[in-house]
Amino acid sequence: MPDLGIEVLLKGNNLMRLLAGLGVALKISLIAIGLSILLGILIGMLVNGKNPIIKGIYRVYLEFIRIMPQLVLLFLVYFGTTRAFGWDLSGETAAVFVFTLWGTAEMSDLVRGALISIPKHQYESSEALGLHRSQPYFYVIIPQTVRRLLPLSINLITRMIKTTSLILMIGVVEVLKVAQQIIEANRMSSPNAAFGIYLTVFLLYFIACWPISRLAAYLEKRWR
Amino acid sequence: MAEELLTIEHLTKQYGENVILDDVSLTVHKGEVIVVVGSSGCGKSTLLRCINALESIQGGEICLRGEKIEQEGKNITVLRQKIGMVFQCYELFPHLTVLNNILLAPVKVQKRREEEVKAEAFELLKRVGLEDKANSYPRQLSGGQKQRIAIVRALCMHPEILLFDEVTAALDPEMVREVLDVILELAEQGRTMIIVTHEMQFAKAVADRIIFIDDGKIIENSKPEQFFSHPETERAKQFLNMFEYKRK
Ligand SMILES: Nc1ncnc2c1ncn2[C@@H]1O[C@H](COP(=O)(O)OP(=O)(O)OP(=O)(O)O)[C@@H](O)[C@H]1O
Ligand SMILES: [Mg+2]
Repeated sequence: MPDLGIEVLLKGNNLMRLLAGLGVALKISLIAIGLSILLGILIGMLVNGKNPIIKGIYRVYLEFIRIMPQLVLLFLVYFGTTRAFGWDLSGETAAVFVFTLWGTAEMSDLVRGALISIPKHQYESSEALGLHRSQPYFYVIIPQTVRRLLPLSINLITRMIKTTSLILMIGVVEVLKVAQQIIEANRMSSPNAAFGIYLTVFLLYFIACWPISRLAAYLEKRWR
Repeated sequence: MAEELLTIEHLTKQYGENVILDDVSLTVHKGEVIVVVGSSGCGKSTLLRCINALESIQGGEICLRGEKIEQEGKNITVLRQKIGMVFQCYELFPHLTVLNNILLAPVKVQKRREEEVKAEAFELLKRVGLEDKANSYPRQLSGGQKQRIAIVRALCMHPEILLFDEVTAALDPEMVREVLDVILELAEQGRTMIIVTHEMQFAKAVADRIIFIDDGKIIENSKPEQFFSHPETERAKQFLNMFEYKRK
């Protein structure tokens, strides 16, 4: 059997360090996801209104975030603001900020899409039945929107978790960074460690994301 | 003559400059079945939507038992409960089972006891032959079944008048019958109804009165025998001719 360098994992507290790195990645993504869902719903509902100025600003924001690679956005916020405005953001704060900016854009677009995909006659038939004020929303529109939204937003959530692997580039010590450090430290003693360690990182991401994407598949099937 | 249930006086409906309904007046008596016919785009759906205040109106007045129906009126929810409407496209709520589709408004809007409404719902479902579908979702039903459920949903609100807007237009021919039979049965029970349809045989069978609309105006208002055998206007003759298939 080839030497995969798995034994490096068991040296010292390497495995714990990796897990702690995963913890950092998850913490940043969960905060950003929470904020993105809240802001995304708010903005998604707002841009469904009639105000053309809000719509215009929103389109620019969405395009800007979509075109920009996440890494460039991270550099822009982390290094750029330090220079330009003299802000001294920590890597983690910058990461939360960028991920929220991105997540909010994607989430609001999902909310907007889900809302307009509810046919007009669903509003009308609930009104024709005498539902009034918030009732059509509460009993008819929101439940349907949530059903359409959930599988899509869960996919977004796993994408956000995975993309946190970029934040080592702005100096945040998350799981991938820890992996590099471990490999680097053991270069002499176990030159093959790279494979074993990166395999472990892969498994950790898998364990974090897989249940979420199973949940999405389940809900999709159940609700259609 | 039975009492007047619904009165429409000089109703005008416009979309911008476009006049859709032009000085429409109509009185519907209790127990009467009115069938509205006319070529596509003449304003039939718009008329029904105005009666249910789904559209704003630009002139005239619509009253149910003397109470004015207005979009912004404070009684509008109460009035809408007295007006049952079934549309052309299936508008059941896809996230709710058949039973919950039926229960929603009686329980949440009319605050009736769930047990009582449920019993009634099953009674009605049995009458339309669908009691075994109570726990199905709309997506598991055929078009004809969905429309029968939509009718039951409207009936469960105890409306005083029922509006049907081409409820069979989107159905496959073999399903049209089952839905029309349900409506015919309602007519026999003495319900007040306004029915928009392109099924002329059915119109003849069910109507107490035929209303013919052309370009937003009521131009004929007569007994079905009269309308189908001796239409008064040239437009009605042309319209009825479209339903005749003769070799030239
Ligand atoms: N939201 C709207 N905005 C502008 N015009 C409209 C709108 N809805 C309907 N119209 C117009 O009003 C006219 C009447 O429409 P309506 O739907 O009442 O016709 P209809 O008699 O029901 O036709 P059909 O038999 O095809 O259902 C049509 O010319 C249509 O283009
Ligand atoms: Mg129509």
